[in-house]
Amino acid sequence: MSAPQLLVHDQKDNVGVVVVEGLKAGTDMLCVVTHDNSDFRLTAKADIPIGHKVALKDLSAGDTVYKYGEDIGLMKGDAAKGAHVHTHNCKTKRW
Amino acid sequence: MALDFSNQTVNAWRRENGRVGVRNHVVILPVDDISNAACEAVANNVKGTMAIPHAYGRLQFGEDLELHFRTMIGTGANPNVAAVVVIGIEPEWTKVIADGIRETGKPVAEFSIEQNGDFETIRAASWKAKEYVHWATELQKDVCQLSELWVSTKCGESDTTTGLSSCPTVGNMYDKLLPHGLYGCFGETSEITGAEHICKARAATPEAGKKFMQIFEAYQNDVIFAHQTDDLSDSQPTKGNILGGLTTIEEKALGNLEKIGRTSTYIDAMGPAEAPQKGPGLYYMDTSSAAAECVTLMAAAGYVIHTFPTGQGNVVGNPIVPVIKISGNPRTLRTMSEHIDVDVTGILTREMTIDEAGDSLIEMIKRTANGRATAAEALGHVEFSMTKLYRSA
Repeated sequence: MSAPQLLVHDQKDNVGVVVVEGLKAGTDMLCVVTHDNSDFRLTAKADIPIGHKVALKDLSAGDTVYKYGEDIGLMKGDAAKGAHVHTHNCKTKRW
Repeated sequence: MALDFSNQTVNAWRRENGRVGVRNHVVILPVDDISNAACEAVANNVKGTMAIPHAYGRLQFGEDLELHFRTMIGTGANPNVAAVVVIGIEPEWTKVIADGIRETGKPVAEFSIEQNGDFETIRAASWKAKEYVHWATELQKDVCQLSELWVSTKCGESDTTTGLSSCPTVGNMYDKLLPHGLYGCFGETSEITGAEHICKARAATPEAGKKFMQIFEAYQNDVIFAHQTDDLSDSQPTKGNILGGLTTIEEKALGNLEKIGRTSTYIDAMGPAEAPQKGPGLYYMDTSSAAAECVTLMAAAGYVIHTFPTGQGNVVGNPIVPVIKISGNPRTLRTMSEHIDVDVTGILTREMTIDEAGDSLIEMIKRTANGRATAAEALGHVEFSMTKLYRSA
């Protein structure tokens, strides 16, 4: 298998992590779910830095974000499938 | 084929109390901040010794003073230390620390400055330090079991790659070595926030889980909510974490907990710098998530090697404990590889499994125990930071 651009921890997750430097908008990403080694493809909607998250489906404000199969926070804005998810549109529910 | 970790050995120093050390330091230990200068002068006079200057030790009281003594005594008592010269401003607290270290059976000498002055103290302490260097440098290593080591962990400058690669690498090491009698330790109370239910569930007994939750809730109430000014998202995750792609404290906590593997459970929850009391196994310790403070506390509890996953590139070291850095972030390996001991970038490219990464970390633990200088040691990182519970009187 060639090297993936995106890794996803768990099948339940709705975000994945960019694992290459210099990812450009429009890249047809190979995505691998580390839990079961399954793969799929997804087109990046933006230039997204290494380590940052990508929406695996259309997310709306109010949606819970799942990573490691767990709740990691709440969408405060919308992110289309393939868009960047970070502090500009996602926040902890804790404070 | 799975490697057999049941009978692997390292060459290390067996101390008077039976513990195994992987370094052979002669330490010049100040009781308090105003004795730093004398300790550094002794260390300058006698090559092969090391002063460990720090910022506190005067006018402390109660639980904060107990933690100070525990950290000082634990640092001197650590099996990576062969012998200790203790210097304090006055004789009483100096004796408390020297006697505490003496319980290990290792050579300890104490000196106090009042009514002697720096010159006379440095003269007398230098003679003793020189005697200890001659003695320590002739100590021979023994063949010891790998599983006799005490190995702690804490991650730093985390990002999303640590949760994918370097933290599960440490977890895999613990899953493989703890069943053979290794002592392990994780902590970072603030960085469990958001995953405390998962951490509680990883306790080996209900008592250990309850003790962890008491520590966690005390931290939330006494530290976070007592001092909260506004949105805590500004400090946890840190700015460096956010640059690395971590968005929320929950996301950071889940990555952090990858360090305790898939099958390991902790048998007790300890206060800061407290030595484990219940035999071999994994322990939780109530620590800050600040790198130097946490490693200092774990070293004072007796751990002799520290495994440190990093994403964005933390550079921390410790005076007496080798800190092994593990990173899976290809940008960090490209820009600051001088700080990294174990490269696990292959996990992200799917060229390396977590199992293989765990084996490579175990190999590096063995090499480090056998004498290989870590990146932090080679680069002179000797950060020693005391944890302070409240203001001095």
